[in-house]
Amino acid sequence: MIGYLVLTPFLAALLAPVLVFLLGHRASWILALVPGYLLYRFFDFVPAVAKGETVLQSHEWLSGFGINYSFMIDGLSLTFAFLILGIGFFIVIYAGGYLKGHQHLGRFLAVLLAFMGSMLGLVVSDNLITLFVFWELTSITSFLLIGFDNEREASRRAALQALIITGLGGLVMLAGFTLIGLVGGTFELSELLSKGDVIKEHGLYSLMFWLVMAGAFTKSAQVPFHSWLPNAMEAPTPVSAYLHSATMVKAGVFLLMRTYPMLGETELWETVLPLFGGATLLVGTVLAVRDKDMKLMLAYTTVASLGLLVLMLGVGGERAIEGAVLYLIAHSFFKGALFMVVGTVDHEAGTRQIDKLSGLRSAMPITALAAALAALSMCGLPPFIGFLAKESIYNSLTHGGLHEWTIAIVAIVGNALMFGVAASIAIRPFMGKWVDPPKAVHEGPVMLFLGPLVLSITGLVTALFALQFMQMNFFSPMVSAVAGKEITLDLHLWHGINPALILSVVTVGLGIGVFVFTNELKKIFDKVLNFINWGPDKGFDQAICFLTWFAGHFTRILQTGEIRTYMRITFLITALTLLIPMYKLNIWPNMPSFPKLSLWEIGVFVILVIGILQVVFARTRLTAIISLGIQGFSVALIFMLFGAPDLSFTQFMVETLSVVIIALVLTRLQLMKQDRRSVPSLIFDGLVAISVGVGMGALLMNITQMPLDLRLSEFFSTYSAAIAHGRNIVNVILVDFRAIDTLGEITVVLITGVSALALIRVKAIPEKKTKTTKGSPALKETS
Amino acid sequence: MNTLILRTIVPLLTGLMVIYSIVVLLAGHNDPGGGFIGGLIAASAFALYGIACGVAPVRRALYFHPVSIAAFGMLLSALSGVISLYKGVPFLTGLWWFPEIAKGVEVPLSTPLMFDIGVWLVVVGSLVTIALALEEKE
Repeated sequence: MIGYLVLTPFLAALLAPVLVFLLGHRASWILALVPGYLLYRFFDFVPAVAKGETVLQSHEWLSGFGINYSFMIDGLSLTFAFLILGIGFFIVIYAGGYLKGHQHLGRFLAVLLAFMGSMLGLVVSDNLITLFVFWELTSITSFLLIGFDNEREASRRAALQALIITGLGGLVMLAGFTLIGLVGGTFELSELLSKGDVIKEHGLYSLMFWLVMAGAFTKSAQVPFHSWLPNAMEAPTPVSAYLHSATMVKAGVFLLMRTYPMLGETELWETVLPLFGGATLLVGTVLAVRDKDMKLMLAYTTVASLGLLVLMLGVGGERAIEGAVLYLIAHSFFKGALFMVVGTVDHEAGTRQIDKLSGLRSAMPITALAAALAALSMCGLPPFIGFLAKESIYNSLTHGGLHEWTIAIVAIVGNALMFGVAASIAIRPFMGKWVDPPKAVHEGPVMLFLGPLVLSITGLVTALFALQFMQMNFFSPMVSAVAGKEITLDLHLWHGINPALILSVVTVGLGIGVFVFTNELKKIFDKVLNFINWGPDKGFDQAICFLTWFAGHFTRILQTGEIRTYMRITFLITALTLLIPMYKLNIWPNMPSFPKLSLWEIGVFVILVIGILQVVFARTRLTAIISLGIQGFSVALIFMLFGAPDLSFTQFMVETLSVVIIALVLTRLQLMKQDRRSVPSLIFDGLVAISVGVGMGALLMNITQMPLDLRLSEFFSTYSAAIAHGRNIVNVILVDFRAIDTLGEITVVLITGVSALALIRVKAIPEKKTKTTKGSPALKETS
Repeated sequence: MNTLILRTIVPLLTGLMVIYSIVVLLAGHNDPGGGFIGGLIAASAFALYGIACGVAPVRRALYFHPVSIAAFGMLLSALSGVISLYKGVPFLTGLWWFPEIAKGVEVPLSTPLMFDIGVWLVVVGSLVTIALALEEKE
């Protein structure tokens, strides 16, 4: 049943363009029913999962390889499914409002739904290979979403960058999955999770770890792979709000959580994750404070939040997992809401530069309210879920030694900077004096404010009114699933005064400082970053440039473009492969006994030899080619004499056509009429030609001197007419007994035809003027 | 090769060769011949026509683009195998029908025949593609 639920969004994706064609942007109200319905269906699993059960379902796929279309629903996958579908519901509606009247809205919604399905499949997969398939599907669908505005170069580049980075990481991860599957003896996660010790103690553990981390870190935009995430802001806002709040980028964190019982809590894990996570948190927040574009600011805080999540998972232990789980949920709500808020402001006011907007609260009161509620949660203030999350994080860091306190300091700095960014986004555009924005601004339609409002209120309601319910049904099962053991949380908004609360107060204090002195901080960060003047984004371009440069030069070395060189190499290797085995194994053929030939047979052989001599000594190329036809026809005659009419027939036609085609090619190539070679090359070519001839001849003689196995011939001659209704055995073999071979051969013929057409139609590309210094003198003259 | 003799005789010759190639194709199951040889004959006929009278008349005569002809042949051959699948036997297993069109006159029809026609079309299409592209002036 889960399998069908996962397929539903893909089916809806097929319907989306039709619905948009019929109903326009209102179609998204109907399409939103898809995630809505799935959400309703997934509620069925809540009671079982709350009791700590795991629901497993499997459909056979390639069961011989241990690969099945199998699903697992536990606390982790269920909570993720709810986030994906719940936020997806509002995103689909929002997309209808945001892209109202866009000519490709149908296509957009289709890809969005396909992405939703991929993401859903990813989180509920039980089989590692199924998980990988959905993982790469999210990369591909997000490529289409990010590059939606495909006429702009920036968005094409962003889409490609995201695809290359996340797709490459995914492929590396597949290697890791394969290893895990081989070591663990199964690809089913539900079985592997209980075999953590087998994997952790295996000699290849560190290799598996790094391979899986490559997938997780690229997907979750950890430094230095983060640059695709801010660049992906080229996409329309619904995409950013969806991919960068609860889905795409969280897939990496999901993978870390999923594999935690299997790979986690080792020294390597607890060293590497905090390092990457901490670096990502700091880099993300610094870049966020520095930026003026609100969407980019949010994107960088997303990078930072992902860093924080990885950091917490790296710390490990129940408390840290609890912090990571709560923060992940809180982040999905507030970041989804804030992205949509910024999108609405951009849509209605015509800009999202934070310094060009001010005093919008009177014009957009509902959006302003949503922004404020979401930002309060992001700041980690009570009574929002963000506060609970931050308390849990700090709580897990105040019980350890120096290591934990170092991490705590990193977390405080990161959180304070994020506080500043959140406050800026909630306050600067909406409060203060009215400044006329580029467009006449008014509140967005219900499609645009519904999503952010509901999501930001959810962040409040969850913590304030539904804490017990959420804790029992979602938080505890999810923490248990990640930790791999039964854990019951006991969360309260008020814990009394403890170290965590004090750290929170410090964070808020620092955060207010960041907000007040944002401009000063910006200048400092600007100076530092301008001084460094390099980043992974530039590095990506350099890597791609190097790749194309390398590929170009490598190809130049291999492909000289001189057909004579190609022919020499091909024939030389043919001669060697023919002669070396015979020499090594010493299996030269015996001299055959010549039978008495009839007169016409001798005549044909004489013509054949004359034809060959004519080819070798011909003065012009055209004569040589036609003489080649003479010896071909003689061979056809020999076939005829020895009772193979079909072969002979074909040989005649092939010879005719090849002479015609070679002659035609020659007229096109405008070669010199005569083939003049230097003496050394004449000798070399002659030697190669003779060796190929000798090798081929020896091979054929060897074959004829071996005992002939006639079973197949007998089979064909017995059954050709009897069961295949044909007396011409050759043809029956071609079209019936061995038809699948023929199918392959005609495919080759077809491909040859098409490629030859393409090659003939290619026009020579004029050489660029700049790079002619090293070229031949002839090229210099023409350019 | 724009000579009067060639221009006069070749259209006739082409027609004859194409008819002959079809005969070879259909007779191929029992006598020397078949789709591949037939295809080569027809291809050389069209190539000859192109050399004698220019490419444009050949393209007009063919009506379809030669690549499309080849692709259609490929499709036909592959589909002949799919028919076997529908009958519940392995891909490309030969199936035969002997409908009686008149009293005592049976016409043997079969999936190998369909397959062979596909081969004929692929060979004609591909080779004519190459030949015409080469014969065409820039």
